[in-house]
Amino acid sequence: MQLRYFAWVRERIGRDAETIEVPHDVATVGALIDWLSARDEAYAGAFAERDAIKVALDQEHVDHDAPLNGAREAAFFPPMTGG
Amino acid sequence: MTTHAHPADRDAPQDDRPQAAITVRIQREDFDTAREIERLSAADPNVGAVVSFTGLCRDEGGRLSALELEHYPGMAEAEIERIARDATARWPVTGLTAIHRHGKIAPGENIVLVVAASRHRAAAFQAADFLMDYLKTRAPFWKKEHLRDGGTGGWVDAREADKKAADRWSR
Repeated sequence: MQLRYFAWVRERIGRDAETIEVPHDVATVGALIDWLSARDEAYAGAFAERDAIKVALDQEHVDHDAPLNGAREAAFFPPMTGG
Repeated sequence: MTTHAHPADRDAPQDDRPQAAITVRIQREDFDTAREIERLSAADPNVGAVVSFTGLCRDEGGRLSALELEHYPGMAEAEIERIARDATARWPVTGLTAIHRHGKIAPGENIVLVVAASRHRAAAFQAADFLMDYLKTRAPFWKKEHLRDGGTGGWVDAREADKKAADRWSR
């Protein structure tokens, strides 16, 4: 699965994208955030403010309880501030 | 403020109306507001109203030297198109244009443009307002401040007022 990070999530993790093998028992967006956070401190720090993390699967906004459902790309970012 | 439109001035949705022309552009370079208004005005002889909104970079009382806009390529276009399609389903607009810049933008420069055209003004006003409210809270863009004293001011926080403005459309 391709993971992408934007704004301060990108800065805290220290990269803008990576490809990872997600374990089969990681079934939801929330579980993916938990699994990444357990990998190392950079992810744990980036995802510490859980409520501030927005997620898109295949470039569409989803909630944290959304199933991954074979999505090819997941993106993690803070609340949007465009316009 | 409450406005009561005269029945002849009301934009009731019509099922047989033609598909509105939606244009979404994400670009580094500036845009020409007058040209975009002219394009939507000229596109359909039934256009009686054109509303435009331009968002500019402020200097926040002399504090900022620039805003840097990061975006999610692909999703930024797709999300604004989804919002624009939603707007055309709600109001009988003939055309809807949204242009959003990315990269480093200096105070006084343009950031975003929304243009809505319709037969009567209510639809154009509301579609433009709706598009901006949703664009601010749903389009994947993030602003980082660059300070006049040379430092980086950090990421701009999302405003509760923007979320409330978007929420009022779903009431």
